Formats: sequence, C-alpha cells, structure tokens
Amino acid sequence: MYTQAMDTMGKEGDGKKAVRSAEEMLLEQRFDARIDDGEFIEAKDWMPDHYRKTLVRQISQHAHSEIVGMLPEGNWITRAPSLKRKTILLAKVQDEAGHGLYLYSAAETLGTSRDQMLDALHSGKAKYSSIFNYPTLTWADMGAIGWLVDGAAIMNQVPICRCSYAPYARAMIRICREESFHQRQGFESLLTMMEKGTAAQKAMVQDAVDRWWWPSVMMFGPPDDQSPNSAQSMRWGIKRVSNDELRQKFVDAAVDQAKVLGVSLPDPHLKWNEERQHHDFGAINWDEFWQVIGGNGPCNRERLGARVKAWEDGAWVREAAMAHAAKQSQQPLAA
Amino acid sequence: MTTATEATTPPEWPLWEVFVRTRAGLDHKHCGSLHAADPKMAIQLARDVYTRRQEGTSVWVVRSDQIVASDPADKGMYFDPMEDKVYRHPTFYQLPGAVDHM
Repeated sequence: MYTQAMDTMGKEGDGKKAVRSAEEMLLEQRFDARIDDGEFIEAKDWMPDHYRKTLVRQISQHAHSEIVGMLPEGNWITRAPSLKRKTILLAKVQDEAGHGLYLYSAAETLGTSRDQMLDALHSGKAKYSSIFNYPTLTWADMGAIGWLVDGAAIMNQVPICRCSYAPYARAMIRICREESFHQRQGFESLLTMMEKGTAAQKAMVQDAVDRWWWPSVMMFGPPDDQSPNSAQSMRWGIKRVSNDELRQKFVDAAVDQAKVLGVSLPDPHLKWNEERQHHDFGAINWDEFWQVIGGNGPCNRERLGARVKAWEDGAWVREAAMAHAAKQSQQPLAA
Repeated sequence: MTTATEATTPPEWPLWEVFVRTRAGLDHKHCGSLHAADPKMAIQLARDVYTRRQEGTSVWVVRSDQIVASDPADKGMYFDPMEDKVYRHPTFYQLPGAVDHM
C-alpha cells in the first residue's frame, strides 16, 4: 500500500547541475530517447544523476511508508474482534512488511544502502506517507484504512507498475497483486458491521469514515499546479498520471462504494457534475497536510519513536546473527 | 544519501538474490533480493517474503556478490550479432505445404 505523491518534499536540493560535460549531455540525450521509446531502465544502465536521486527518494519514502504503516494497524492485532479478523489483519500487516522489503531492495539497486535509508528515516530526513500520522482509535479504523487508504494507495500505485525504472516497476507489480486483498477485506469488514451490526457499531463505522476521508484524499499529494517536480517525473516516466487526476478517480470510485456501504462522506460539496462527468468536491485543507508532513500530525513523534526503538532494540540481534554466521563459516563443513 | 556510515556501525547483513520455482517442472526464476546473516536465514526469509501466497514450491538463494553478469555497455556487441542470423530459426525455411508442419 501506501505510496503518496511526495515529489515536492525533496530537501536535498538536488536540482539539475548547470554545467555538464559534452559526453554527459550525449548520454542524457540517449537516455531521454530510450524513455521516449518506452524502454525500461535497469540498475546498471547509465542514468542522469537527478533521475537516480528522484527515484531513491521516491522508492525509499514509499518503503518507509510501508514499514511505518504497520504501526497503526499493528495497534489492533491483539484486539481484533474474532480469530478470523485477527488472522486477516496479521496477514495484511505481514504484507506491508513484505512490500517495504521489496521496495528497499529496489532502492538499493540504485546504489544506496539499506542502512543509509533507515538512517534517513530515523533521523527525520526522509519522509513517509502523511496518513500514518493519524491515530487508529477504533476497530472500524481497520476497515476504513483498508477501504479508503489502501484504495487510494492502489490508485496511486497501479500507474507505477509502468514506471521507467524496471526494478521499481517489478516491485510494484508484485505489490499491486497483493494489494487488492487489503482493500477488499477492509470494505467487507465495514459492510459486515453496517449490515449486521448494532446501532453503535454502525455509528463507529461512520465515525471512522469521517476521520479517514480527508486524509485519504490528501494522500494523492499537492494539486498539480503546486507540484513543481511532477513535470520532470512525468517526462522520465517515473510518474504516469497526475495527482489531481488520480484524486478525482479515487473520489468518483469512493462515492459509489459509500452508497453500497450505506455511509456518508464528510463533504457537503460532494456532488455529481454532469458536465465534467465527475464528482465535484470541497476544498482540501492543505494547511493540515503540510503540518502533518512537517512533523506536527497527531502521531508523528509516536510513529518515529516506535521505529527508532525497534531498530535500536534489535541491534544486538543483528549483531548476534552476524557473529553466529561468522562462527559457523569457520567450522569444517562435514561434521 | 551521502551520509558516511560511522566506523562503529556494524556491517549490514549481506544481500542475497532469491529464485523461486513456481511449480514442479518449471525453472527457478529470479524474483527479488533480501538481506540475511547466513544461508539458512536467507532461505527462511525468502519463504516469508516471496512465497506468502504459494508462489513457490522451491527457493534458491545466492549471495549477490557471487553473481557475475554481462556488462550492459556490451549489450550491442554481445547480443546484436544474432539479429541477422535468421537461418537459425525454423521459419527461415520455406517448405511445400504438404510437409510444412515438419
């Protein structure tokens, strides 16, 4: 799950260098031609520095989002209402771990180490999807995350399966194949409560939808006209569909799904526009978005603190495993 | 991404490439990579990371630094010469209809 258009969040100041050698320009022309021909770029192929940096940033932030995304859901594993829901949730959280690992591997092919990426996360230099800085207050949040958050993630991720950087595209294909289960289990969980639940359970579902709707709509990132790096990412085939286009697609799909579910979406301006053949929707609170990205969401400190603690507490395990491997490799093979 | 790893930081677990046989009778196919301290752990993690939905009946792991690969810069030199060797393909040979299913 869980990529977010994060192309405006680079802080390394990795703008294009003004001075380039003639050879470099020739290589870049060839590279652009390959992109135009719809070719895939592999790890060992020549690529512009800025392309590499953009991908490292995007893929590693995507990976961080998967890993941090385990926390809000992990919160409910021990309190799932039945064994069935518990096994489903466990499987989903395990998938998120897997998705994080596929993505870290893809980013590593670009020449950055796993430890460097984790260091960037733990020091706060790298970002992750803003959505995980919201708390999961009730069991219905598990369903709402599956339906809305994973639903938004799928919209975002499907076009990345055609990303020009092949290791990323391959990881995304694997992820998207597994993602559909995440959304469907969430919707089914909510539907069960809406159809067979008590009045209190139905109210809990509505409350969860009310809280997760806007953060989900924000997952697509800033509007196109405020997304300065988008054009370059589009040019390079890293990004295939614009933030606003994806957001519209998500809103249109969610409206119909909400009807089936029997919940309302918390936007009085949500209305079908016959002329556009799309739903109009209300203004997004971008102040909130930037606040959460900037570290001031409800759970930023808690999430990052949990990741750093897990990393530090696990240090002795990582070291012991290496020591054990070294010891084993010194022993004669045949006992 | 230029942060130098501190001298005191222990080394990362080595990187392994994972190959999965999807079902008996097929060949093992590369599907990704992972970090593990030793071969046994690499096999265990490969199962957990890459076969959560019965994608495989067998896994191979091999240390990434043990793989020798052709240089992408040599791609043209290595592979293009085969392009004009059409006589290596059965379709190059025009046979009478009566025996063309040969």
